[in-house]
Amino acid sequence: MLVLGIESSCDETAAAVVRDGREILSSVISSQIELHRPWGGVVPELASREHLAKIDPIVTEALETAKVDLKEIDAIAVTQGPGLIGSLLVGVSYAKALAFGLEIPFVGVNHIEGHVYSVNFENPPVQYPAFALIVSGGHTNLFYLPEEGKYKVIARTRDDAAGEAFDKVSKMLNLGYPGGPVIEKLAREGDAKKIRFPIAKISDGRPDYSFSGLKTAVARYIRENNIEPVQDGGGISQEIKDLCASFQDTVVRSLLKSVEKLADELFPKTLIVAGGVACNGYLRNASEKLGEKLNLPVYFPSKHLSTDNAAMIAAAGYFHLKNGECAELTMNADVTMRLQNIEVEDNELKKKKVRYKL
Amino acid sequence: MRDESLLKNYLCNSPQDTFDLGEKIGESLQGGEIILLEGGLGAGKTLLTKGILYALDFDVDEVTSPSFTLVNRYDAKFTVYHLDLWRIEENAAFAVGLDEILENENAIVIIEWSERLQNFSFPKKVIRVKIEGDGDEARKVIVS
Repeated sequence: MLVLGIESSCDETAAAVVRDGREILSSVISSQIELHRPWGGVVPELASREHLAKIDPIVTEALETAKVDLKEIDAIAVTQGPGLIGSLLVGVSYAKALAFGLEIPFVGVNHIEGHVYSVNFENPPVQYPAFALIVSGGHTNLFYLPEEGKYKVIARTRDDAAGEAFDKVSKMLNLGYPGGPVIEKLAREGDAKKIRFPIAKISDGRPDYSFSGLKTAVARYIRENNIEPVQDGGGISQEIKDLCASFQDTVVRSLLKSVEKLADELFPKTLIVAGGVACNGYLRNASEKLGEKLNLPVYFPSKHLSTDNAAMIAAAGYFHLKNGECAELTMNADVTMRLQNIEVEDNELKKKKVRYKL
Repeated sequence: MRDESLLKNYLCNSPQDTFDLGEKIGESLQGGEIILLEGGLGAGKTLLTKGILYALDFDVDEVTSPSFTLVNRYDAKFTVYHLDLWRIEENAAFAVGLDEILENENAIVIIEWSERLQNFSFPKKVIRVKIEGDGDEARKVIVS
């Protein structure tokens, strides 16, 4: 089955042609990063206009690269959410119109599920039950997958996403946007043991993440030690490199601490680490070390597939199409789309309006 | 805001206090309010927002900092737009499409880092919440 994947949830317009969910015939990504750089992050208004200008040429390029005619496409998979509404709508509307015109089925794919499938191309098949740690600028979730297509959130961030913490620290030090790659680079020359930042403890005992406190601790450290933000084009002190290394180490230790704790209870057979932050070499090394310790294979996507891309959307869509799912033309973008599809006891607690404890 | 007596100064000794103050404010909202939050990084702006949304029957775990997304929308008892302008130094109102958001007359609009808006003129009265203090210190919160 040839699936055309379309992704436009945030600041990348992407299209891909994938055969049977595992073989990439083409994967084209147009990044808007330069457009948003002066703003220190994505600007939704600009993003949607850019998607609109790029989507048709990107789909055409994906078909040409794959040497596939539009008529040979069997189905379309498009990111339905979560993401920015204006951006999502471009992809969803385009996909619906194309599917209608070609008289082929289409499915809406959860972007986070796409990231889970991003490891499908270059790794052995995932063994279940599996863990999926999805870390990006907007998401930090650890999922438990008892079988393919079933998801339960077992840890998530209570405030900032991990990638967001990188961007914020980068901005405090005037290191530029996006923060992840530059902090990782500077951290390589820094001493991660130099500053001891605390790993946030969640007082209700759940293995959730919190990066807001870490961000505040970094801001405080900068202020108390009179660290000057980097001047444009200026040199970078050892102090800042140590700060970057210590900060990054804290984020990574925090992410993996919950993985280790929960792996002891749930015995996963595969650990998937994906999302934009999965590009981070320090996280990769630490995850691999943890995998060795727990005797747990760890699968990452390649760099191209870590960023938002459409091949992963096509792969996830293939799974749903294969199960006979097909969206109606009334399908709409869903900004806050959830991936969890296993009922959890939390819902019972919420119904009773249990007092929220910090 | 139903209860004008809430407009005064508070001392919050713990994160729980900040959350509870948010809840008190939230209980007094009738829809259509604009709330401007000021305070440094880590002062507790998002936490106060969680308190407000808790009072509006929304799952507070889903209330997270919108510094990356700029605008979060929550379909709570009222529609709530949660904005964070921290990383937008110029033209913040344009970047988040503020005019369009304010067209929803019954929506509650909560704006973190509203100082970035400079001279933006709001179509109606706003509630200002200023949080002073950081780290483990107690917070002085001025609601006006």
